[in-house]
Amino acid sequence: MGNSVGLMDRFRKILGLRKTQGILLAVLSLLVILLPLVANNYIEEVATNTLFYIVLALGLNIVVGYAGLVDLGYAAFFAVGAYTTGIFMKFGLNFWLTIPIAILFSVIAGIIIGGPTLRLRSDYLAIVTLGFGEITRITARNLKITGGASGLVGIQRPSIFGHILNQITDFYYLFLVLVVLAIIIAIRLHNSRLGRAWQYIREDEDAAEAMGIDPVKTKLYAYMIGASFGGIAGAFFAVKMTAISPETFAFTQSALILLAVILGGMGKIPGAILGAAFLVLFPEIFRGIGQMRMLLFGILLVIIMIFRPQGLWPERKG
Amino acid sequence: MSEMALVLRNLETYYGKIHALKGVSLEVPRGKIVTLLGSNGAGKTTTLKTISGLIQASSGTIEFYGRDITKEKAHDIVSMGLIHVPEGRRIFKDLTVKENLELGGFTLKDEALRRKGIEHVFEVFPRLKDRQRQSGGTLSGGEQQMLAIGRAMMTEPKLLLLDEPSMGLAPLIVQDIMRIIKRLNDEGTTVLLVEQNAKIALKLADYGYVLETGEVVMEGDSAQLRQDESIVKAYLGE
Repeated sequence: MGNSVGLMDRFRKILGLRKTQGILLAVLSLLVILLPLVANNYIEEVATNTLFYIVLALGLNIVVGYAGLVDLGYAAFFAVGAYTTGIFMKFGLNFWLTIPIAILFSVIAGIIIGGPTLRLRSDYLAIVTLGFGEITRITARNLKITGGASGLVGIQRPSIFGHILNQITDFYYLFLVLVVLAIIIAIRLHNSRLGRAWQYIREDEDAAEAMGIDPVKTKLYAYMIGASFGGIAGAFFAVKMTAISPETFAFTQSALILLAVILGGMGKIPGAILGAAFLVLFPEIFRGIGQMRMLLFGILLVIIMIFRPQGLWPERKG
Repeated sequence: MSEMALVLRNLETYYGKIHALKGVSLEVPRGKIVTLLGSNGAGKTTTLKTISGLIQASSGTIEFYGRDITKEKAHDIVSMGLIHVPEGRRIFKDLTVKENLELGGFTLKDEALRRKGIEHVFEVFPRLKDRQRQSGGTLSGGEQQMLAIGRAMMTEPKLLLLDEPSMGLAPLIVQDIMRIIKRLNDEGTTVLLVEQNAKIALKLADYGYVLETGEVVMEGDSAQLRQDESIVKAYLGE
């Protein structure tokens, strides 16, 4: 027990939290771990969905928050991951073996979109990424291998140590592990040499270049790493849903993930988590009031952006 | 004949359609301070940006210690030891003084070297040491200029390009900055100094060039330029 307290303490320090926040985090972790014991299927489904969006938000946060690049087509990477896994599993490959391929393909997609566009300034970059997202979706809609407009159905459920993962609780824990891994990687990146380079580029690209940072390469890394987060999330999404269709990866999906990052506070890990949780949970919690809830949701978003333009949990300055 | 840190031959640069440099040639001998004078729009900043690779030259050559760097990229030039302190200082206002200095040492992969660099900067600028945890934006103009120079010193550059370090500073602070440039030069750093303030630049430099609408119109030893009537009239304001 003493050992695990020490570990929590270290984790707390890495996250830069105060003692009380650390205790809060420990309680929260315990609640998250124990949730499936008390929750019904519906709550678990919503919670799993939340975890899933947290992974995507953390990935996009690397591109948007860390490196300061606009990306309106993030769903494309998520689509590449999901389709790669779906297609390779149709060919009989084991799910776990499709993950590295899904990462590879989404990173290649990141290079394809990043390579030629990263010399552009932000407003043009936004347009190009928007187009790229749509091209990916429309391509998936029109290719035979991706199943056209109806998409891929009957994707096998994965198994681990002979146990087939087909309960919502299985996926809940699977996504929880993904979230923890994503958080650890995001923290380590933030504190790395590359993380500092992103920060300098974001603040003043010319000054950063004058100090010896290669802006194109540094930004490309952000795209590649962000894309791989999306690709992994997509791979797991495919086996959880067992069916994927092009419309899942529409522009609204990209916009939603970007919204999570901006709402939470760009560049901040707890911010991205909070933003993603808010976006998934709010419409669910207010399901009772029917169609009005989306109106309320929209009004609330506008209010938050007016009164807290830096996001719910922004990066500390200075 | 001493070794040349920097040689420009017939350098031409365009800003879109504007012919900013029309064949600039100049030499900076190792261990010296050379100044590039001229009024607004003469092409001084463009010359520095072209040297450091932030702008590509359309023709001509740039040699850095005998090596042709005309086609090199800005970040590669930095790792060769040519550091540009841009006009307006361009420090990171949201980062602390220490973090700004760490950026200057970005090309140093060795943590110990970076720490040594910071110690050296703090020794030259004790004021920065006192303020190391403050964010760059809270510093005075003079301190920001010190930080910009300190950031450039992190890698012990073989050539320092300084773009108007006196800009917008009070006369007393300007003298401080000039003393520091002199000290760096005494410690062995070669300097190419761009200035609008010809008086102080010629006091400091060994040799000077005068730039007018993208061309070198005059050059000579500082003492000689200080005596020249046309220079006195045009830039020394008497």
